[in-house]
Amino acid sequence: MFGLNKKDTSVLIIVAVMVMLAPFLLNPFPSASGLAQFNAGYPDLMQKFVIFGIFAIGFNILFGLTGYLSFGHAAFLGVGSYSCVWMFKLLGYNVLPGILLSIAVSGVFALLIGYVSLRRSGIYFSILTLAFAQMSYALAYSVLSNPKFNLTNGETGLQVYADDPQWFHNPDRLPDLPHLFGLSMRATYKLDLGAWEFQFNAGYYLCAVIMLACFYLAIRIFRSPFGMMLRAVKSNQQRMNYTGLNSRPYTLAAFVISGMYAGLAGGLLSAVDPLAGAERMQWTASGEVVLMTILGGAGTLIGPVLGAGFIKYFENIFSKINDYVLHSWFSFLPDGMEDAVVFLIHPFIGKGWHLTLGILFMLVVIFLPGGLVEGGQRLVNWIRGRKAKSSTAAHETNPAE
Amino acid sequence: MGILEVKDVGKRFGGLQALSDVNLSVKENSVHAIIGPNGAGKSTLLNCLVGKLIPDTGSVMFDGQSVLGRAPYEINQMGISRVFQTPEIFGDLTVLENMMIPCFAKRDGAFELNALSAVLKQNDILERAEHMLEEMNMADKRGMHAAALSRGDKRRLEIGMCLSQEPRLLLLDEPTAGMARADTNNTIDLLKQISEERDITIAIIEHDMHVVFSLANRITVLAQGTPLVEDDPQNIRGNPKVREAYLGESA
Ligand SMILES: Nc1ncnc2c1ncn2[C@@H]1O[C@H](COP(=O)(O)OP(=O)(O)OP(=O)(O)O)[C@@H](O)[C@H]1O
Ligand SMILES: [Mg+2]
Repeated sequence: MFGLNKKDTSVLIIVAVMVMLAPFLLNPFPSASGLAQFNAGYPDLMQKFVIFGIFAIGFNILFGLTGYLSFGHAAFLGVGSYSCVWMFKLLGYNVLPGILLSIAVSGVFALLIGYVSLRRSGIYFSILTLAFAQMSYALAYSVLSNPKFNLTNGETGLQVYADDPQWFHNPDRLPDLPHLFGLSMRATYKLDLGAWEFQFNAGYYLCAVIMLACFYLAIRIFRSPFGMMLRAVKSNQQRMNYTGLNSRPYTLAAFVISGMYAGLAGGLLSAVDPLAGAERMQWTASGEVVLMTILGGAGTLIGPVLGAGFIKYFENIFSKINDYVLHSWFSFLPDGMEDAVVFLIHPFIGKGWHLTLGILFMLVVIFLPGGLVEGGQRLVNWIRGRKAKSSTAAHETNPAE
Repeated sequence: MGILEVKDVGKRFGGLQALSDVNLSVKENSVHAIIGPNGAGKSTLLNCLVGKLIPDTGSVMFDGQSVLGRAPYEINQMGISRVFQTPEIFGDLTVLENMMIPCFAKRDGAFELNALSAVLKQNDILERAEHMLEEMNMADKRGMHAAALSRGDKRRLEIGMCLSQEPRLLLLDEPTAGMARADTNNTIDLLKQISEERDITIAIIEHDMHVVFSLANRITVLAQGTPLVEDDPQNIRGNPKVREAYLGESA
């Protein structure tokens, strides 16, 4: 279906169903229960899941297929965010022009940076991309924000002000917030079912549909001759060259495509929250997408999406657990022990969630070099192996009888 | 004039003169063997032909055009394919995919994005790749990762990849090293058949004299970076200079 083989089609359908049902799936605990804080089914976080999923899917097209490790992809995320907010300022709050512009501008930006950076490979390539991203960050943070020429609004971040032109904005008919032809991105339908409350948010569903389109496109690229060439680049550039293929146009095309994915993700971040700051371009943001991709499984289709979800979940859920919450969990223990347990767990929660993430990342890289996807595969193989074993054991007894 | 003309080529690595005054003319549609002891500069000479190294002096002409200063992929597009001394294949890809890539390269010339068509729907390419695998007797290994192949199989795969490009000049650097006897004989037969059927010139470096004498119609002996003699196989066999330099038999 859709020009995909059977297996890819089923992966796509499973992902589509899960994404569409996410408001249910991510909200397993009743709102009043103590576990409700582990629920991830609220608009803000669900939007992050799919937007960073797009970012990571795009990054994986470059890193997973060609092996070129970019440490500067946040630059494209930032460029996309700024472009989208500029469209809000100039044209109005409809998100469509903003999203389209963010893809286009980041594509051009990626072409420039990629053209220069791809002259080197390996660690030199990584350093070049990092340098470009840090330059972009510096430009956005200070240089391009002066009274005469204010493109980024520096520290404050770019946002829409009342005296912006907004040529096509009609405040009487349209919401004063990002919207898609009148449908506000913040519009949320709340469904109360027994003790549960499920939230269906317009912004989330827009991002989700776009993510599915991006995912579909990524599968097509993975399975195309172009994708095969990219894997060949990763595997052996020498053989590529001596087979009459110039690897540069391939890697550049992959770089631009992944830059456009990042720009799109940046545009969507602005679309759900019309504010773009320079910190989106910082090296930590570039590093985050590397973590997401490796954690989930670089070079796999679904890995980056899993990785993005995993990291964003930890960032938002673990960081919210504080000592007070811990004390309430362990209140059943005798006083001294309660304090001791809380003391032990304390460094790993709240602001310390990075510590937990770091440990998990190390464990995954050491024991599951293929990321979460490899973990899943091993689990499936293990279950199958056990089944096979028990069935062969049953067979073996037969001849003896 | 041969299809490949090497004139006064010299190459120095630091204090080592790896090649000096190399003159070589390879006739079209011949099989030209280059033999010589280890370290004689045979691989270095091939590197100078395919753009991996640029010689310090001299010229290299292929079919009347200079190859010097061109990128390796451009030289390949001129019609020169090379099998390396240590197999250069796409280890992470399957055997079939390995074979498909040169087929794509052959069809598209240089760069065609093909980003949205599925690999498995490229019937002409698949057919050619499968056919080549059959010819190399490797069809049963089509789904294997190339890195998992034995050394001999890797080399046979590489030969097949080069042949599927239908090159005009095929350069082979010890193509049968590490192969089992049966595979060596298969490879000899295949190369023989191809050199008879197709419009192809082969330059082959080889230590295995059985291979050399079954294939070559012309032999150049290289020693310490310079050609010692160039002659027909039957004359090389008896040449005392060659025996001394190469076969190590002091007469
Ligand atoms: N890139 C290089 N840098 C420095 N020295 C080199 C380089 N390539 C080859 N050499 C040296 O040049 C000499 C010729 O090497 P070459 O590989 O051409 O020999 P060969 O005839 O192919 O030998 P073999 O039969 O062992 O393959 C050797 O002494 C080798 O060490
Ligand atoms: Mg050699």
